[in-house]
Amino acid sequence: MILDQLSGIYRFRGFILGSVSREFTSRYRNSMLGAAWLVLQPLAQILVFTLIFSQVMRARLPGVDSSFGYSIFLCSGLLTWGVFAEIVSRSQNVFLDNANLLKKLSFPRICLPIIVILNACLGFAIIFGLFTGFLILSGNFPGWAYLAILPVLAVQILFAIGLGMILGVLNVFFRDVGQLFEIVLQFWFWLTPVIYPLSTLPAWGQQIVMWNPMTRLVMAYQGILVHGELPDWAGLLPVALVSLILCLFGLRLFQRRAAEMVDEL
Amino acid sequence: MGSIVVTELGKAYRQYPTRWSRLREWLTPWRGPNHSLKWVLQGISFRVSPGEAVGIIGINGAGKSTLLKLITGIIQPTTGSAQMGGRAAALLELGMGFHPDFTGRQNAIMAGQLLGLQAREIGLLMPSIEAFAEIGEYIDQPVRVYSSGMQVRLAFAVATAVRPDILIVDEALSVGDAYFQHKSFDRIRRFREQGTTLLIVSHDRMAIQSICDRAILLDRGHLVKGGAPEEVMDFYNALIAERGNATVTQRKTESGRVQTISGSGEATVAGITLLDDMGNPVEAIDVGAPVTLCVRVRINAPIPRLVLGYMIKDRLGQAMFGINTHLLEMPIENMRAGEMVDYRFAFQANLGPGSYSVTVALHRDATHVSHNYEWKDLAYLFEVINLTKRTFSGCSWLEPECTISRRDSPEAVHE
Repeated sequence: MILDQLSGIYRFRGFILGSVSREFTSRYRNSMLGAAWLVLQPLAQILVFTLIFSQVMRARLPGVDSSFGYSIFLCSGLLTWGVFAEIVSRSQNVFLDNANLLKKLSFPRICLPIIVILNACLGFAIIFGLFTGFLILSGNFPGWAYLAILPVLAVQILFAIGLGMILGVLNVFFRDVGQLFEIVLQFWFWLTPVIYPLSTLPAWGQQIVMWNPMTRLVMAYQGILVHGELPDWAGLLPVALVSLILCLFGLRLFQRRAAEMVDEL
Repeated sequence: MGSIVVTELGKAYRQYPTRWSRLREWLTPWRGPNHSLKWVLQGISFRVSPGEAVGIIGINGAGKSTLLKLITGIIQPTTGSAQMGGRAAALLELGMGFHPDFTGRQNAIMAGQLLGLQAREIGLLMPSIEAFAEIGEYIDQPVRVYSSGMQVRLAFAVATAVRPDILIVDEALSVGDAYFQHKSFDRIRRFREQGTTLLIVSHDRMAIQSICDRAILLDRGHLVKGGAPEEVMDFYNALIAERGNATVTQRKTESGRVQTISGSGEATVAGITLLDDMGNPVEAIDVGAPVTLCVRVRINAPIPRLVLGYMIKDRLGQAMFGINTHLLEMPIENMRAGEMVDYRFAFQANLGPGSYSVTVALHRDATHVSHNYEWKDLAYLFEVINLTKRTFSGCSWLEPECTISRRDSPEAVHE
């Protein structure tokens, strides 16, 4: 089964890569500033949060003196949360958005979630590349620990796509899922220490938030980028496990319902 | 390569009584299914050999498009299987899933990639795709500004840029204009000569009879008839006239062709002959000879109105000429049971040499589609032979009066 999927992906690599580049260009082609929008949106978000939290509310990041400390903390959480949110919300609509293709052409359906991942990764690579440039220029580059981002990112993408696939399939049959998840995502964001450090919460709150898999992932990024320390691998293991289970379950659900899905679109 | 095998194929859609039923079924699988099945296709089996051309006919909703989608793997069968050998190109519905915001070129590339081609190969094919689609500057405009004809042109050009082992065409082509239809059918014919297997859905009798070796008739999700295109087409015609009170019979004539007779029987053809100008029955006539087609009709039950139509068809079943007494403004009304009616149609047989058949239809209104009393294919057969005219080709005798004028060109005079 898995081998079939892989060979399908390979045969349709042209379609996958083509779709990624088409989607990327089409998103920015008709605008005058083009790809700049890709950067301007998160930049504005970071600016707002930095202003409100570090200037207006005088929030201090404990143990960090750098003037950019809070901004770096914020970026490491916001940018990585962004790629998670993008993958999940795009893949929960991927079958509905592509109903036109699914109903008219025969191709390995697994290509669609892959296109979503690649697209999100492409956007992320650009923003994160700029952010890394900023770190180097401002003398805040964390050194070798930076490489630890890759495995964390891999787990995060696995988690996002597993969840996204499940939601994507469910959303075809129960359209409420999509609406519901929009709301869930908002709560989820604030239940993850992206804007605030975990230590600002009371002990019972910290305990609750630690159950959130995204907490461990986001904190791993923050640890690497703000403090230059390697993540707590043992703490990430359960997250990786959950991601793997979600992925396998998602794939199974997808395979079992793929036929019925096209009838429903 | 190029074969299609369909075995006991069936497709049913699940219907849930309420929005919550599906959830209940998913969450409590042990309580059994919560849906009813709506069958759109059932028990379809047939086989298409490599290089064969098969037409699928049937009224709207008979399951033709569903069948093609099952064969191409777009939707999954509920029962049975459909298998294809070789590379297939399918042109189903309009536009091959084109994205309205992308340009024609981008969509062509994407469609090519979806057929499994690589960008480089498509790049090489692009000039020929553009040339075939003939949409000019529009190729670089977004597809949303295309007319439906332009979309079909582009879709067809992409789908047939490389000769596939199997070509599957839905009614899509009927959207194109006459010029493009000709052009695309030429390409289809050429592919066929090169060995492409063809599966085509069409309502166009000419298209089916001129391209296909075989036809399959679907009716309400069942395969009701398969066989020679002419025979299946005749049966189909009878069937659309007979929705409901169908009494369609087909029998083999001595010459091996299949005659279709259908109708409710209030009026029947009692006899039909072709007479020459001396009044003698003939079965072979000269090109252009004055003849009279005599049809005797027996009225078996009272009917308010009677129209008789006849159609002369060539050996392949293509219509040469057809007319009815409604069009001639000579319907007759209030017929009693037991009456006999004689019709005489005198005309000149300006037909090319060959064998011809006459189809006769008795019905109430302008066409046989409603209140068909009797429809009789191959009611009469005759030969046309060229005895007195010059040798010519074609199916009609259009005698020309030829004048040729010949003179020197002005330049030549000066020199």
